[in-house]
Amino acid sequence: MSATDFDIRYVAQLARIELTPGEEQRLGAQLSNILGYIEKLKELDVSRVEPTAHAVPLFNVTRPDEPRPGLTHDEALRNAPASANGLFIVPKIVE
Amino acid sequence: MLNSLTISEMTARLAKRECTAREAMQACLDRIHRVDRDIRAFLSFDANDALTQADAADKALARGVTHAQKPLLGVPIAVKDLLAVKDQPLNCGSKILGKFLSPYDATVVERLRAAGAIIFGRLNMDEFAMGSSTENSSYFTTLNPWDTTRIPGGSSGGSAAAVAADEAIATLGSDTGGSIRQPAALCGVVGLKPTYGRVSRYGLVAFASSLDQVGPFTKDLRDTATLLRVISGHDPRDATSVPEPVPDYVAELDGNIKGLKIGLPREYMIGGLDAEVKQTVDAAVGQLQKLGAETMEISLPHTDYAAATYYIIAPAEASANLARFDGIRYGLRVEPAANESQDENKVTGLYSRTRGAGFGAEVKRRIILGTYVLSSGYYDAYYLCAQKVRTLIRQDFLNAFEKVDAIVTPTTPTAAFKVGEKSDDPLQMYLSDIFTVAANVAGICGISVPCGFTSGVNSELGTGNAKLPIGLQLLGKPFGEATILKIAHAYEQSTGWHKEKPPLGN
Repeated sequence: MSATDFDIRYVAQLARIELTPGEEQRLGAQLSNILGYIEKLKELDVSRVEPTAHAVPLFNVTRPDEPRPGLTHDEALRNAPASANGLFIVPKIVE
Repeated sequence: MLNSLTISEMTARLAKRECTAREAMQACLDRIHRVDRDIRAFLSFDANDALTQADAADKALARGVTHAQKPLLGVPIAVKDLLAVKDQPLNCGSKILGKFLSPYDATVVERLRAAGAIIFGRLNMDEFAMGSSTENSSYFTTLNPWDTTRIPGGSSGGSAAAVAADEAIATLGSDTGGSIRQPAALCGVVGLKPTYGRVSRYGLVAFASSLDQVGPFTKDLRDTATLLRVISGHDPRDATSVPEPVPDYVAELDGNIKGLKIGLPREYMIGGLDAEVKQTVDAAVGQLQKLGAETMEISLPHTDYAAATYYIIAPAEASANLARFDGIRYGLRVEPAANESQDENKVTGLYSRTRGAGFGAEVKRRIILGTYVLSSGYYDAYYLCAQKVRTLIRQDFLNAFEKVDAIVTPTTPTAAFKVGEKSDDPLQMYLSDIFTVAANVAGICGISVPCGFTSGVNSELGTGNAKLPIGLQLLGKPFGEATILKIAHAYEQSTGWHKEKPPLGN
């Protein structure tokens, strides 16, 4: 488990980002360098440390389950790259 | 020059009818026309909308509305391009949002409006707040008003430069790893990152949700206190905003810091710290002692791990947050080629094409890094480990704050660097945030206040004749903004560095 295992093509595909071959090479090299730097955390023994997800822990933040105003249909579609009949247009997913 | 006033100076004039809000707004617009060709702080601004808001403020003033009721009535305030302002563009310095118009106001914008501010302009930034120079903006690089061959810092470089160049009375930015304090230091203005949870993030486009905070850029400390009071407070629309009462930050600026204890972390006096910056910060510490503060050396033992921790947590959160930019519901869409292979899912092709074309190099780098550290087999080694080290870093600060009221450090290791100097080396760029990232990781508050200038003959930086601002960082306890504001204010009032203006002419 080290920076040398880093497969830019596979991870870019997981991230749904198309890269040109030039980008693959450049970003791959830069990311290996950054991962090398990050490795320094392994110097620390954290086996008995609890993780912190948020610096200010708040638990069970809830609100009454009541309807409240949200975006209107038109507002929700206003910024869409493609829409028709009040719907987002997407490529065919199921043949 | 109305545009060069502070909030408190401007509201005093408006109250006495020595100027109108329209004149104030017009003065900012005129200034933008004169200097923004060189500074490039603004991505866009809507002059008609700004003047309409100014007229409404003048009517309110004529009706007898006071600044006690609306503390920002008639004051022009510009915002970073990742805060939603209803019906205005929102691009986050990126191409991927296309012609996006915000359907609603961010909570901070709502609060500025309620306080009577004129909200105008979209300020340049590194794309999705990822960067330290604005060179990662997909539009153009903002330049430092003190020396236009240099960067203004980032990611809120436009917000800092606009205040330094007197193009706005004050601005808002956001700080995920130093994006308010670092540009404030490099542009010679005041910038505050509030405690995590102090200010609502509703309507702030998310970069790293557990680190992001909105905060003000101002020309002096009193204005910081005024703006912080307006934008702070619990918001039911942000589940991470903390229901903690908001003190009257302005009233607490009494100039008396006698007996306050200030810690100097020995881990911050590292190699790579510029000699002139060190000298200037040492002098500032001396000034704080003269004002009656007690200083003592402290230790934050995990300092050296803060940047590595940050560069796991922030990209991990970003990779999740930026998954929403997929070409379906808003912004750019790039269709896959018609002849693309049959077995490849067309919608996946659309996502990948859109994101490949719409995101810039730094955003791609961070999303890929974040995806990697969260991916199966690596999660424990990177992400979980970083969250544990985060506990240690936070604990370092909480331990220190049992002994001291505030911590003082340089804001940045050097003054502003040259355009292009670090843009080919992402890791070097990341390390320019080395003094600021820990506050975000720990969730505490921090402020940068002007504390002097480079002499203009520093061969190390190659500054030529230009003198460049240096920032002093004060870090405070969670929800301890009042204390660091008070210390910074006492320092500012006893030195006057904040009154110096960049050589831009009128």
